[in-house]
Amino acid sequence: MTGIGDRILGLGLLILAVAYGWAAQGWPEPFGGVETVGPETFPTMLAVVLVGGSLYLMIKPDPDAQWPVGKSAAELLIALVVLVVYTLLLEPLGFVISTTLAVGTLSWRMGAAPKPAFLTGLVSAVVVFVLFNYGLSLSLPAGLLEVH
Amino acid sequence: METLGFLMDGFAVALTPYNLMFALFGAFVGTLIGCLPGLGPANGVAILIPLAFTLGLPPETAMILLTAVYAGAMYGGRISSILLNIPGDEPAMMTCLDGYPMAQQGRAADALAVSAIASFAGGLIGTIGLIMLAPVLARFALTFGPAEYFALFMLAFATLGGITGKNPVKTVIAATLGIMISTVGIDISTGTQRYTFGVLELYEGIDFILAIVGLFAISELLFFVESRMGRGRDKMNVGKLTLTFKELVMTIPTQLRGGVLGFISGVLPGAGASLGSFISYTLEKQVVGKNGKFGEGDIRGVVAPEAGNNGASSGALVPMLTLGVPGSGTTAVLLAMLISLNITPGPLMFTQNADIVWGVIAALLIGNVLLLVLNIPMVGFFVKLLSVPPMYLLPIVTMVAFVGIYSISHSTFDLYFMVAFGVAGYFLRKLEIPLVPIILGLLLGPEMEKNLGHALVLSDGDWSVLWSSPLSMGLWIVAGLGLILPYLVGPILRRRMNAAMKESPVSD
Repeated sequence: MTGIGDRILGLGLLILAVAYGWAAQGWPEPFGGVETVGPETFPTMLAVVLVGGSLYLMIKPDPDAQWPVGKSAAELLIALVVLVVYTLLLEPLGFVISTTLAVGTLSWRMGAAPKPAFLTGLVSAVVVFVLFNYGLSLSLPAGLLEVH
Repeated sequence: METLGFLMDGFAVALTPYNLMFALFGAFVGTLIGCLPGLGPANGVAILIPLAFTLGLPPETAMILLTAVYAGAMYGGRISSILLNIPGDEPAMMTCLDGYPMAQQGRAADALAVSAIASFAGGLIGTIGLIMLAPVLARFALTFGPAEYFALFMLAFATLGGITGKNPVKTVIAATLGIMISTVGIDISTGTQRYTFGVLELYEGIDFILAIVGLFAISELLFFVESRMGRGRDKMNVGKLTLTFKELVMTIPTQLRGGVLGFISGVLPGAGASLGSFISYTLEKQVVGKNGKFGEGDIRGVVAPEAGNNGASSGALVPMLTLGVPGSGTTAVLLAMLISLNITPGPLMFTQNADIVWGVIAALLIGNVLLLVLNIPMVGFFVKLLSVPPMYLLPIVTMVAFVGIYSISHSTFDLYFMVAFGVAGYFLRKLEIPLVPIILGLLLGPEMEKNLGHALVLSDGDWSVLWSSPLSMGLWIVAGLGLILPYLVGPILRRRMNAAMKESPVSD
């Protein structure tokens, strides 16, 4: 079936729209009485618009995009994991170490040789850290490298 | 003549050494952003917003910095068009048509120089247009009531896809999603908690800056990872400047026409810089007729689109500054900066924050001069940067985005949120849901709801107030046309624009 991407998106949006609109109906009446425009009016309108749009997508989908398969998909997943792990380790390990690892891994996976990749990571991490902490006096986490 | 007085005040703001330094820095960074692969103007400006914040810049300086970046990006886009036949950003794609043939004939240096001059002329004409039109429009906009504003917002969304947009329904969906995200948090008028799910971080709503940076920067990284275009390009040779004064004089009418046309299409909703450069190019081709060698390296074929897109970029600031309704991705990001500086954009800004508005306008004029000065001698430097491979560049850009977001709140919660927005942005771009309406929805959603509420309170609950005045009726009609026209003329225009080049995923 063609247009499967748009159909799935349409279905997802339809569920979102219904849930979003339905949630709006359950809010308690605001303090001070009911007005024409309450907190639920605008969300309800949006939900209606989105229901219409999502139905259109399911009925008249555009041709499918090229989705990554195999190696590209794996690389994407790796990049995503790097970003999440970077966030996770930013505070415990400190900015310089985690940035070296994250930027290095990303450049390496994007096609750079490992050595220049991690060197780029280290240099950019140190430059940004020094610039921010000493130049602009905004503190980035020092983590393991903290001097007590 | 009071405009001139305001402009002088603006110069007084923009010419302080501190602001001048930031304008120069912005112009430089902007040119970089424009010419580097994988870093569009909207994306580049978005990443700089959190940095402008954490630097604690005063509002006028922050705006001057970002406007200079914006103007610079329009200059930078042409470099890779001319040298590589790859537009640095979408508006620069018409420049490929004659710029690249010129480079192949060994006249790259000439093409770069003349396009810098054309960019300057276009930018200058556009800014003069802005100076003349903006105060008039702002005064007119003071007559707008809440119902008119509501209709105006509808118009902004409806025309955002542009008449070259592919699927207007997807624009509508994107805008709705953006507005929906903006409803998360405590409702300003009643205090009701909406969609917070009891999560403390959501009470104040979702910060649109992290949404913008996530949607643009992170999704761009993912796109590059997927396409594995990490390798750089070969070094290019620019050659010697052989441009004669006579040739330059010959292009003056082209520069004027291009700049004016670009400005007009920049101001109009739904047109934007890409269409501006397209119209300038095609019109120039018709005016010159058989005497030109368009498509084979005619110098006027470089001048027209460059003057056009720089005129348009100044023109696009008119609706953003006067009505608070941006017409393009990058101006939407500039609006985000204004809102986060607690400045209400719109007609009142011209009276309440005159120093900022006029400072920005003066900075545009100064920025254009700086850019011209910067671009002619330093073009070799920018050309060298073009060969920096994205595999080093994009991870660093991503890291800077992380630093920027982290330095706003010092919480990693925001970073997870940003990554989530990046993933969503990736999927949405894959499915051809445009990102700019999402951003605009995020920014305008609260204003839209507020105006809806005010309009209905004034009319005592009568919904017909939304389309009862002639002005709001007119706005609704234009909005309707904005959704219907892409079906009628869109395919034709698009085919002509895409004759030779691919579309870039993040629009101007």
